[in-house]
Amino acid sequence: MTGKRVTFSNTWLAGLLIAPQLILVFTFFYWPAGEALYWSFTLEPPFGGENQWVGWQNFKTVFEDPLYWNSVRISVIFALSSTVLAMGIALVLAVFVDRRLPGYQAYRFMYFWPYAVAAPAVGLAFRFIFAPDAGFVSALNQWYPGIWNPARNGVDAVILITLANAWSMVAYNFIFFLAGLQSIPRTLTEAAAMDGSGVLRRIADIQFPLLAPTFFFLVVINLTDSFVNSFGIVDITTAGGPARATDLMVYKIYSDGFKGKDYSLAAAQSLVLMLLVISLTFIQFRFVERRVHYS
Amino acid sequence: MARIDIRNVTKFYGKTQVVHGVDFTINDGEFVVILGPSGCGKSTLLRMIAGLEEISGGTICIAGDVVNDKEPRERGCAMVFQNYALYPHMSVAENIGYGLKVAGVPKAERLVRVQTVARTVGLDAFLDRKPGQLSGGQRQRVAMARAMIKEPKVFLFDEPLSNLDAKLRVQMRIEIRKLHQRLKATSVFVTHDQVEAMTLADRLVVMNKGVIEQIGAPKDVYDRPASVFVAAFIGAPGLNLLPATISSDGHSLTLADGQRLGVETARYPALKPGPVTLGLRAEALNIRPQGHVTGQGTLKATFDFAEELGVGQHIHAEVAGSPIVIHVDGRHPYTYNDVLSIEVSPRDLQLFETKTGLRIAEVNAPVPATSRDQPFVLDALA
Repeated sequence: MTGKRVTFSNTWLAGLLIAPQLILVFTFFYWPAGEALYWSFTLEPPFGGENQWVGWQNFKTVFEDPLYWNSVRISVIFALSSTVLAMGIALVLAVFVDRRLPGYQAYRFMYFWPYAVAAPAVGLAFRFIFAPDAGFVSALNQWYPGIWNPARNGVDAVILITLANAWSMVAYNFIFFLAGLQSIPRTLTEAAAMDGSGVLRRIADIQFPLLAPTFFFLVVINLTDSFVNSFGIVDITTAGGPARATDLMVYKIYSDGFKGKDYSLAAAQSLVLMLLVISLTFIQFRFVERRVHYS
Repeated sequence: MARIDIRNVTKFYGKTQVVHGVDFTINDGEFVVILGPSGCGKSTLLRMIAGLEEISGGTICIAGDVVNDKEPRERGCAMVFQNYALYPHMSVAENIGYGLKVAGVPKAERLVRVQTVARTVGLDAFLDRKPGQLSGGQRQRVAMARAMIKEPKVFLFDEPLSNLDAKLRVQMRIEIRKLHQRLKATSVFVTHDQVEAMTLADRLVVMNKGVIEQIGAPKDVYDRPASVFVAAFIGAPGLNLLPATISSDGHSLTLADGQRLGVETARYPALKPGPVTLGLRAEALNIRPQGHVTGQGTLKATFDFAEELGVGQHIHAEVAGSPIVIHVDGRHPYTYNDVLSIEVSPRDLQLFETKTGLRIAEVNAPVPATSRDQPFVLDALA
């Protein structure tokens, strides 16, 4: 044991060992992405046949379509509100667990479960719970008939998918916030206590500022996730309706491509979404690199 | 007036007791150092005074008020932490002024007070820096300034110098002492470094395993340690300890190899024949030429090696199978295995009961204050 780094003199063996990962990445990311890029500049016949090169035509169609901008608007509202909700709830829960209120061990364990539930399952659960006639929320309709009906009211439908998405993200955020809080040396909050600072003041003045790097990281992750991974929830709960009220960008790609059989328009939209996610990721990397380093 | 009364204070973590009924008073304006090895409960005691740790039993009074159920901010104490605990996202000025900000002091006044305090600790040029841009000594000063600015009734120090290098530690020690002379605030300082403790303290509290071994002025603790634990802990080197047996007439003692020393029996009214632990200060011993005869007792020792101190040397030797250290002022001419003749004045014999480790009191010298009730045996001698 002279050095920590192991180098392969055998290039073939090294290539063989990284091949599975490379093949996976290529097959399931670069290849489809390249294909989408190609399709977005051609007219792709739905039942096979020759492609026709059309240049920026597909993008022009997409950007001139008011339905697409409706979808962007809803996606942004959805992403922002579920991010705020998911991070807000997670932060409060993490602060409680960090303060070791009674039963914190059990909570710490249980809060993570929702993250293990697949999006369609989350959607199904929320569809039942928030069913206007039979779910728990039907009590609201008993009290004031018609106040809650995500199948007819677009605002209700957006609230429903936002809640479902936020619920599934809380667990992830909670784990990161808790880890962030626990990495803050206890003596700092003790020093603040000696300086006369109460519990809430200490959270605001000491713990939150030191949590900033975690916070920025989670904002980007949550936004990205809301843009990209919300398909399962939307498909099960509202299927984009009512009247396209929950027609998120990712869901519109699916319905245009697989229901409308317009692969070219779907490919162009995918590319736009991909660029959006890449720019979010870029911002994230800039933040990570520039983030304040404490001692 | 900020007297601190600690009355029969205990601390449990679950079922483990770490502080066993500690009882003492810290007078107004006094500088008290709590000294002990790690895990002796000294930091826990300090944190109970500060309000960072719950008090399991007994009471702590600050300036006459029982503070057991009071929040740290209601106790009027300021604390300097071992790792400084500076707020990394705040500038030096914000760090120092945070307590005032919390207390709602207006910004203009805050600024003036921060600058005044920063000047006293020599930080006025660094007010805009973040703690991460400061050296260890500067961080230490920020921590001090942060404690000073609220003009607290009580200063608490939790091993504040242990993260500094040796030279800086001596310098900060002097500055803390000067500061105390000027502010005259009641101070409690926790450390495991006996030199730090001896030099800073008006009064020393030596703790071991959650109990107080001895309380007293540094000089008294050094001259008359209450137990073998204190004897071995205080001083550099600690007291030389040798197992011995008191003769049946009480006029002499015998070491393990049969060497004898005369004992002035009248000095020790409570002395009984049987096993004792003999304590000898390194500074009280003198090496004499072979065959030199005086009225004093002499011991035969074999030379091991010498440690250079600059001002003199520590001669390490062996007497009756036990290691012993002798302080000499000059330089020694000895080589390994040389036989030394060590002169011991009968007045310098310190005797401890072997079973309990407690000091056998001398005439006209009261038993030093200790709250220890359980017998304690130094592991090396058990």
